[in-house]
Amino acid sequence: MSGQNSYYVPHETKLPFLTTVAIVIMFIGAANYMNGSASGMTIMLIGMVLIFAMAYVWFSEVVTESEGGIYNDQVDISFRWGMVWFIFSEVMFFAAFFGALYYARELSLPWLGGDGYKITTNIVLWPQFENVWPSNGPTNSGGDFVVMGAGGIPALNTLLLLTSGLTVTYAHHGLKEQDRRKLLVGLFLTIALGFIFVGFQAYEYMVAYNDLNLKMTSGIYGSTFYMLTGFHGFHVTLGAIMLTVIFFRCLKGHFAGDNHFGFEAVAWYWHFVDVVWLGLFVFVYWL
Amino acid sequence: MSTNVQDIHEDHHHAPSGLMRWITTTNHKDIGSLYLWFSLLMFFIGGFMALIIRAELFEPGLQLVIPGFFNQMTTMHALIMIFGAVMPAFVGLANWQIPIMIGAPDMALPRLNNWSFWILPFAFTMLLSTLFFDSGGPAAGWTLYPPLSLQGGNSMPFVILSIHLLGISSILGAINVIATILNMRAPGMTLMKMPIFIWTWLITAFLLIAAMPVLAGAITMLLTDRFFGTSFFTASGGGDPVMFQHIFWFFGHPEVYILILPAFGIVSTIIPAFSRKKLFGYDSMVYATASIALLSFIVWAHHMFTVGMPLAGEIFFMLTTMLIAVPTGVKVFNWVATMWRGSMTFETPMLFALAFIILFTIGGFSGLMLAMTPADFQYHDTYFVVAHFHYVLVPGAVFAIIAAVYYWLPKWTGKMYSESLGKLHFWLTTVFVNVTFFPMHFVGLAGMPRRIPDYPVQFADFNAIASVGAFGFGLSQLLFVYILYNTLKKDVTAEDKVWDGAEGLEWTLSSPPPYHSFEKAPRVE
Repeated sequence: MSGQNSYYVPHETKLPFLTTVAIVIMFIGAANYMNGSASGMTIMLIGMVLIFAMAYVWFSEVVTESEGGIYNDQVDISFRWGMVWFIFSEVMFFAAFFGALYYARELSLPWLGGDGYKITTNIVLWPQFENVWPSNGPTNSGGDFVVMGAGGIPALNTLLLLTSGLTVTYAHHGLKEQDRRKLLVGLFLTIALGFIFVGFQAYEYMVAYNDLNLKMTSGIYGSTFYMLTGFHGFHVTLGAIMLTVIFFRCLKGHFAGDNHFGFEAVAWYWHFVDVVWLGLFVFVYWL
Repeated sequence: MSTNVQDIHEDHHHAPSGLMRWITTTNHKDIGSLYLWFSLLMFFIGGFMALIIRAELFEPGLQLVIPGFFNQMTTMHALIMIFGAVMPAFVGLANWQIPIMIGAPDMALPRLNNWSFWILPFAFTMLLSTLFFDSGGPAAGWTLYPPLSLQGGNSMPFVILSIHLLGISSILGAINVIATILNMRAPGMTLMKMPIFIWTWLITAFLLIAAMPVLAGAITMLLTDRFFGTSFFTASGGGDPVMFQHIFWFFGHPEVYILILPAFGIVSTIIPAFSRKKLFGYDSMVYATASIALLSFIVWAHHMFTVGMPLAGEIFFMLTTMLIAVPTGVKVFNWVATMWRGSMTFETPMLFALAFIILFTIGGFSGLMLAMTPADFQYHDTYFVVAHFHYVLVPGAVFAIIAAVYYWLPKWTGKMYSESLGKLHFWLTTVFVNVTFFPMHFVGLAGMPRRIPDYPVQFADFNAIASVGAFGFGLSQLLFVYILYNTLKKDVTAEDKVWDGAEGLEWTLSSPPPYHSFEKAPRVE
């Protein structure tokens, strides 16, 4: 090893190019699927499998390099900044959908209901429409539906995610104290809570579709509900998969008490997912 | 912190050659060159589309293309010039310059760097391929306003997913820039000692990371509205098409500054070099750049004054927009003050930088006119707007990029361009850019709407002049390609410090610089 003092500039790599190819295959499949092509879904799934394969190969290479000790402290800081700003970009992605929710609730629906100076909007378009949240719009888009209450599954899910935030911190303490049992138990519990959350969420969607007639087509309520909870659920799934990878790395004996960026990055991501959920719970389910 | 680079000279013997070298490279200079060449290619493709537009508009009536195709050309021209020409050019300059200006061996995350470039050719292949679909390419304008954009043909999901790709590329590139600037500076280079180009790119990268995901969210909602039955932008379901405009421009206005802040950085580098003085008011330049960036998040609705907003909204966005004139004024003042009593010389980069100051300021003033809500009701969606944003983007952003290429080309290649050809390129470009875009102010004020293939006879003269200018401008850029070719085939003769008035770490390196720019970190006093 040429040592801890040099900044590691990786050698030539085909991985980014091949990853791009995988993403493009998935996107072309997705676009064809949306345009009604029969093969679209298959191409999209092939692309997804390829993306996971590329992620596996790419991360394996980074893990091997990391365990080989060729990253110095400065490389570690680069990774940290990278993860911080990546999470910030995710925050802004969710901000767009939260923005849509606020805009619909505070502006477009009141205006459709004839609020303020937009009275003519109501008179000309849908004079019978009254703005009451939750709403599927003046044309009762998707038909009558029942709202997903904040109690029950969403409250339980809040408890699950908040607890998982504690267990991942418990695991982190285990890692720092070199207490292997604490680390593995904490991580295992976090992963289990994460997947239970996703399971509940899937069950909630089934109830919504089958019993409540709450669908993506249920006007602006259904749109914002599924967009926000859907992307959040996707992120929880990703986070849980990331935690699982970290779990197996811990089993293999990776990470040192004072050097475990991979663990911390995933923990940060997990907390981010947690915070987004709190926003969802308050603004989508509760208020 | 030490930034010595690992010794990998042995590997150079095994380094792939030919195309594989470029596909697999993790070197900031290789990737910077890829970005710049790609940007030049896109500049010509987008420019060709502009010439189709100007050819059609040469005289009233429909001569060359059908209106649907005309709309595809205006849409594609914008998408290609913004995401394919200007942004990649700035990222290419960032790639080349940031490590050699801050004393680093390379960018902080080299594999990510390769990835953010190689997404681009795929994304644009996907985007351009839609032009060959039976239903044609996107035709609703680059802003993709619903409901029109929801009524497009089969191209719609391809366009949206290719924009997602562009967004991924920009975000990855920006993350890399921030990590590099925050973590890879040579010992002694504090934030307030950084070259001003580095500062502007740091702030640009922040804007990219904050704004691009919002665009991703907006176009994702378009996609679900069209294909999965959601009602974000449909009033009958309780949504609002105007909501798209708000979300889009929340991205769109920071995007505008993404396209200009690095240009400010370039001009702030070149003006002192050829005035042989330090940049006047360095600190205020930094603060002005940061102010412009922060203000950019609270001005978005000035793009939509006529859409029917509450009066309070109109006034708020008018005032915040006008506030931007203050930090921008600080910048223009500082550039002029830098030149004051300097011993100035007028090489090609300086000429482009000077033209930038004058012509960008014209674009800034027309922006101030557009910022006035009552006045904007007349200007909105007319050629006056087209004149405004082309003045800030062509003699603004594009001139700065060209200036930067002339300024740093001898450093990158070790070869000096022909000064006389460079000056010829400058004068042709500057004359024709004004012939093209200045008349658009007049037809715009007289009421000619934008994005229309035909127009009343009263606008004929100025349109004919603009079209002649556009072809002149386009042909002048072939001279630029010739100058590049002519330079690259020369022998390496440039000195390390190419310009006697230039300052910065990049001039302490050889021309061209070594493979790993600073193998041993320099110390900045």
